[in-house]
Amino acid sequence: MTFKLFKALGTSAVIGLMATGSVWATECIAPANPGGGWDFTCRQIGKLLYDLKQVDQPVQVTNMAGAGGGVAYNYVVTERNDDPDLIVAASSATTTRLAQNAFAGMTADQVRFVGAIGADPGVIVVAKDSPFQTLKDLVEAIKADPGSVAFAGGSAAGGFDHMKPLQVLQAGGFTDIRKVKYIAVDGGADAITQTIGGHTQAMTGDMSETIGFLKSGDIRILAVLTDERVPGFDDIPTAKEQGYDVVAVNWRGLYVPKGISDDQFNAWAEKLQAVADSAEWKQIMADNGLAPFTKVGADFQTWIDGVIADTTEMSKEIGVIQ
Amino acid sequence: MDTFANLALGFSVAVTPFTLFLAVVGCFLGTIIGALPGLGPANGVAILIPLAFSIGLDATQALALLTSVYYGAMYGGRISSILLNIPGDEPAVMTTLDGYPMAKSGRAGDALVLSGVASFVGSFLATIGLALMAPLLARIAYLFGPAEYFALYLLAFCTLGGLAGKNQAKSAVAALIGLGVAVIGIDPNNGTTLRYTFGNLHLNDGINFLVAIVGLFALAEVFFFIESHGKDSAVGVKLGKVTIPVRDIVKSGWTMLRASVIGFVAGVLPGAGASLGSFMSYMAEKSIARDGDTFGTGNPKGVAAPEAGNNAAAGGALVPMLTLGVPGSGTTAVLLALLMTLNITPGPLLFQDRPDVVWGLIATLFIANLVLLVMNVPMVRIFVYILAVPPWVLLPGVTLISFVGVYSLSGSYFDLLMMVAFGIGGYILRKLEIPLVPVILGILLGNHMENSLRKAMVLSDGDWTYLFASPISIILWVAAILGFIAPLFLRGRLKRPPLPESADGTVD
Repeated sequence: MTFKLFKALGTSAVIGLMATGSVWATECIAPANPGGGWDFTCRQIGKLLYDLKQVDQPVQVTNMAGAGGGVAYNYVVTERNDDPDLIVAASSATTTRLAQNAFAGMTADQVRFVGAIGADPGVIVVAKDSPFQTLKDLVEAIKADPGSVAFAGGSAAGGFDHMKPLQVLQAGGFTDIRKVKYIAVDGGADAITQTIGGHTQAMTGDMSETIGFLKSGDIRILAVLTDERVPGFDDIPTAKEQGYDVVAVNWRGLYVPKGISDDQFNAWAEKLQAVADSAEWKQIMADNGLAPFTKVGADFQTWIDGVIADTTEMSKEIGVIQ
Repeated sequence: MDTFANLALGFSVAVTPFTLFLAVVGCFLGTIIGALPGLGPANGVAILIPLAFSIGLDATQALALLTSVYYGAMYGGRISSILLNIPGDEPAVMTTLDGYPMAKSGRAGDALVLSGVASFVGSFLATIGLALMAPLLARIAYLFGPAEYFALYLLAFCTLGGLAGKNQAKSAVAALIGLGVAVIGIDPNNGTTLRYTFGNLHLNDGINFLVAIVGLFALAEVFFFIESHGKDSAVGVKLGKVTIPVRDIVKSGWTMLRASVIGFVAGVLPGAGASLGSFMSYMAEKSIARDGDTFGTGNPKGVAAPEAGNNAAAGGALVPMLTLGVPGSGTTAVLLALLMTLNITPGPLLFQDRPDVVWGLIATLFIANLVLLVMNVPMVRIFVYILAVPPWVLLPGVTLISFVGVYSLSGSYFDLLMMVAFGIGGYILRKLEIPLVPVILGILLGNHMENSLRKAMVLSDGDWTYLFASPISIILWVAAILGFIAPLFLRGRLKRPPLPESADGTVD
């Protein structure tokens, strides 16, 4: 009897330990379920931080899904505000939601954005047999009949993926952007599946989500939303060179609690810089369709403030917020 | 022939003493994780990922360990469904319907062995399907747009009425409660409307499925036990001598095959997953079986069908994950994360680019299946021992594990409060003799169904005819209408004698 009891208790104790993790190691919170970009950020950066001896212990990744990152944000602000061993994965989605007041009144200045070390370029994609050959074809078709093209994307309506085609259309002189059809599906791969299947006419997402389908020839990328063409994908034109001045990249980075000291903040910035400079990270970026994009420390915080101001303005224009 | 050459490559990668050892460990851990309420395959795999990295496993080894855990959990879920009437994980919900009545009538051993064999048949066939046809099958996913998915979920709801036999109205109420819970959260189709969240961020994403299931089944059971001082409680079913019920296995042979096919197809469709697979398999068998009336009272076919179905769906869910990078279920989403962390990007080219990984994985699945068959049939007692501790030990244990498991989902105490609320709700529902399974199905399918309908309406500018515009939709609609009407019609025609009240073991 006692033996059985110990077995049952032992099992739960082991599982409990694994689930809650150790308290002394660096913790990286991925504010989403495993499998998405934030999880990727935590796991890859976490692994490199340890491999490059920037931290003494393997980084513990905690998945804290909820409210598009809002649950984790709230948790960091209210419970871990002065924890120097905590990093949290963030991306354009984080700032988009903060700008749209989607985190129940919490604002971007309640944490410190410590750096981004790579960016996933935004793309506009069609199936291989689509009649649209250029971005212009697509934009003109929508101008002629806004209902004729539906976009599928991995983020919720009003989210970053939704905004990308709207920005392009605005740049092309189309103002009635509320008429543009967009459906939110479960991630970029699902959005591509819907587009290849002909249920939607175009997909909007991040470049990394499209690589496999691009190489297999199932899709064509009409435009990449960067300043210059992405290294390794030199035959894909930018929206800019097609006459639509839109740059939208999904940066991959981290924020840290507001209450840590400047020294601690700068230490994290240096560690991130070390990861960004490593050959391993460059390889990971190349393998995953990320473009170089490194901004750390105070520079990054300034840049973020500008992005949030822009997003707020855009969101008001398309009516996501008043 | 290519397939055999590839498979040989796979086995050459997978068959090393160390990977075999990992597969055995994974199967064992997986079965335990599956059997424990509150810990399902998704959080089981997620919990073990850091372990896989910290002991420095390479891609094949990590996959061997974690897919063994995945398959193991799919097997293990049935154990607590049958012995405790508490599903070990969500796909095992359907197994409670006949598995527990069987156990209650003294056939726990038979139910466990039969479901073990059914699990094996389901996942073995699914693994063959994955090996032979994965790239081809991926095309099925292209055919399903919002309209087709809506029709599919509608089909599931239309057959729901036949589920709980005794009182249709109460099943309908239960399903509606589930649907009501499903609308909680941010409206994904406009991204701004908050529904019934009362300003609480934790409710923005809606109610986690596992929270509901653990509350409704496990905690409600604990409350019942306390109230009745153990009399009439599900806990404490004794396992007699385990023999192999050859007759039952032979009799449900075709059931397993049919259920495997249905489950596999449900698994291949992203979004539907193992729960829908086991549900559809069960309902299909119930409607075609001559003794369909005895489903829900301990019919062996009612045990074989959902278990073959959910294990086949687990294999099927790997198809879109590997070939499209679209995870069809929570667990495959976690496995996808693992692959990406290993710098393997699933997608249309994975089979060409990384045959060693894909075929090594498939070979591992075959090995894991054999290991699991051995563990779950001759050696099933080991796992039963874990659940066979006296109730005064087991119940606090179940409660403890439920809390730990649910906390590991999102690391938030809010889910724990939700779980307790569901436990109280489940207790009240059981007092009112309202079945719990339709509640779960309502929560699970309601979300998907609403989203599919909303997306379809966005695409068609609100034109309803879009819902019947493709051949697949039409077939599903016809099946749904038949599924709804046929039971009403047949019930009048056949005039079977009413079942004795005591035979209904699903809710009381």
